[in-house]
Amino acid sequence: MTATADAPATTSPDATNEPVTNEDDPDGDGDGAATPEGTFYDRFPAEARIVRATFLGAFLAFAIGTTFGIIQTLHRTGIARPFSSVDYYTFLTAHGVFLVLSFTIFFLVGVFTWALVRSLDRPLVNTRFSWAWYGLMAVGMTLTGITILAGFTSAVDLSADVLFTFYAPLQAHPLFYGGLAVFLVGTWLAGLDWWRTYLAWRRENPDERIPLQTFMVLTTTIMWYVATSALAISVLFFLLPWSLGLIETVNPTLTRTLFWFFGHPVVYFWLMPAYLLWYTVLPSIAGGRLFSDPLARVVFVLFLLLSTPVGIHHQYLDPGIAEGFKFVSMTNTMFLLLPSLLTAFTVVASVEYGARVRGGTGLFGWLRTLPWRDPAFTGMMLAGLMFAAGGYSGMVNAGMNINYLIHNTIWVPGHFHLTVGTAVALTFMAATYWLWPQITNKPIYSKQIGLAQVVLWFAGMALMSNAMHAQGLLGAPRRTAEPEYAGFEYGTAFGGFQELNVQIAIGGTILFASAVLFLSNVVLTMGNSRTDGLAETISEPISGPEDAPLVLDNIRLWGGIAVLLVLLAYALPIVAIIQRGGLFGPGGEAFPMVLDALSILVDRAPDAIALLTDRAVDALGGGRLGGWP
Amino acid sequence: MHVHSYEKIWLALGLGLILLLIGSVTYGAVGPGVSMVAADQPTVDPTALDEDDRFAEPRVEQVGENEYEAYVVAYQFGFEPDPIVIPANSTVTFMVTSRDVTHGFEVVGTNANTMVIPGEVSTLTVETGGPTEYGVICNEYCGAAHHGMEATIEVVPQDEFESSTGGSTDSGGSTDGDGSGGDQ
Repeated sequence: MTATADAPATTSPDATNEPVTNEDDPDGDGDGAATPEGTFYDRFPAEARIVRATFLGAFLAFAIGTTFGIIQTLHRTGIARPFSSVDYYTFLTAHGVFLVLSFTIFFLVGVFTWALVRSLDRPLVNTRFSWAWYGLMAVGMTLTGITILAGFTSAVDLSADVLFTFYAPLQAHPLFYGGLAVFLVGTWLAGLDWWRTYLAWRRENPDERIPLQTFMVLTTTIMWYVATSALAISVLFFLLPWSLGLIETVNPTLTRTLFWFFGHPVVYFWLMPAYLLWYTVLPSIAGGRLFSDPLARVVFVLFLLLSTPVGIHHQYLDPGIAEGFKFVSMTNTMFLLLPSLLTAFTVVASVEYGARVRGGTGLFGWLRTLPWRDPAFTGMMLAGLMFAAGGYSGMVNAGMNINYLIHNTIWVPGHFHLTVGTAVALTFMAATYWLWPQITNKPIYSKQIGLAQVVLWFAGMALMSNAMHAQGLLGAPRRTAEPEYAGFEYGTAFGGFQELNVQIAIGGTILFASAVLFLSNVVLTMGNSRTDGLAETISEPISGPEDAPLVLDNIRLWGGIAVLLVLLAYALPIVAIIQRGGLFGPGGEAFPMVLDALSILVDRAPDAIALLTDRAVDALGGGRLGGWP
Repeated sequence: MHVHSYEKIWLALGLGLILLLIGSVTYGAVGPGVSMVAADQPTVDPTALDEDDRFAEPRVEQVGENEYEAYVVAYQFGFEPDPIVIPANSTVTFMVTSRDVTHGFEVVGTNANTMVIPGEVSTLTVETGGPTEYGVICNEYCGAAHHGMEATIEVVPQDEFESSTGGSTDSGGSTDGDGSGGDQ
């Protein structure tokens, strides 16, 4: 990490004109940057400890989540089913919650804290406050996690086999919702912490442009506030009181809609730290510089504006929502492709610039000069490549009519294992190889293992995700313990159903091996002793912030427009849903998922008692020993 | 703000792609007439379906010349009727609702697919082809035995349909497309 602020780029104007092929620029990664004065750990030890703690929280969730992942993969594909199919849904709920809420968001708050402090070159206002939000997040997620895991045992009256979407009228234990609420408040306070620190910096530097990384953190935080407002309403006003028995019914369509109001922007929340790393860290690792600071700002503004008014595209197949609302959502969704397409251009151009600075030539020959032996570089590049593939299947999902072919099939998890499961997760792992030494002063235990690990993740995911997409086209549903049915056979496309199952299982196994290597590498790295000389620099953009119109930095303006767009997209649908079904729904009952465990217990109790009685009689009477049936 | 010419070209191509995608869906709606599951039915009380003449006795009923309606109830963990028998070479509108939690209704291998939400009635219209059989599955997690929730659709010749049902009860159908599909 470097002391350099992003802001004062001393870019030569020539470079902006001919940036991609500019070979006159002698070094590319040095100019404009002040000399680094050590790592982040050296400069901001208190903040480094917070970042380290968030990463460890993320890795713990990753360890649990991926372990459940391999169990599910083998169960679903029928390779090995050591657990019951009822437990599968407990595993699935935990896999979802631990990976997409806990792993991603804990890592995010770490990256953002690092990026903000680094780019402002200023400590957090008050680290005790920072530990407070960290504590809330940890406590909240622990409560939710315990509630889910308690589903494995009927000994305690806790359960939450509701998957991470918790669609009513499936009902979880109140602690599940309560834990989520506490976790959410923790993330809000984290955002507040970043804003406070930024405003303090602003008072000290009234005339400076917002540094790029800080800009990314601030816009994403606003997006998060907008997005989570609906989740908070859903949980606090409907689901939590309902699970406590304070209200009798909820409107399933309304709570679904509020969930997806949050549920789509959350995917960009996961993605934004990956984008931040691609924009600011990846070009430097490649030996290059970011192509354009202004365009990076435009991209983050577009995400702030467009991430939220699109959630209804998860509900194309919902009855009770008019076709017109779905069409509006689809149109917004398609425009949301734009910032990602721009990112593809900018990131590739920045990396190519780095390659040419390193002496690369030719139309594609420059690719050879890139630092492919560096796991941080290779991991992020492979993650970006996978994101392109995920973008294509995402276009199919977004297409309102072809979506009918794949909605709720395993195509959809195939898609998001490319996006959150690779673009985000692999970027996080790759970035760890670069970032961990900066926040701890400990060198990575083995970069070779790191390289093997990121390549394995890519290979395993390519196999698994491709087969999942193909099975989805056959109609195999997602979220099921046993996708084989009695009444029909699947058709054949890109291989038969069983053949694709084998591909999924092999891919999943490779992914699990990769996860084990990653976690082992981190643990072994923690055993290294601290050394000097690990500081890395982040280079200045070719086209710096002075090229960006000032209005881009007006985050209040963009936040206001974002809220307006959300109101335009959601006010009418939500009013219509409430008018149709009522605020608390057209009737119905709650279906507490804890009942499942109890009923199973009741079902099994007579057998178990009979068995125990037998054994007792045998034991007492010295009858047949070892006679377990 | 400086935008490199390559960036401008890329931006234009990206916008072109977006407009193309939106255009293709728009064409699908106004050209071939692919329609979406929407809000065309009033809500129902999921706990009082036996007071609704469509769902009190789930069945397939003729509603016009070569037009049929299939009233289907999804529940933990099955569909009613099962099998759903519908006549070949006809237009069938499925009306599906749930009496408990949120389910899915997916005719496997086709694009006949909808969420089934308690309190709402999903409608989707399909054109059946020749006699055949389809699997129907619930594709939204609905509880501990979700994976066992399935049914079949039997598309039978018209005469067989009439003789088996006397014209209006308990029948099935095939599906292929929303709105106006062909056979799949």
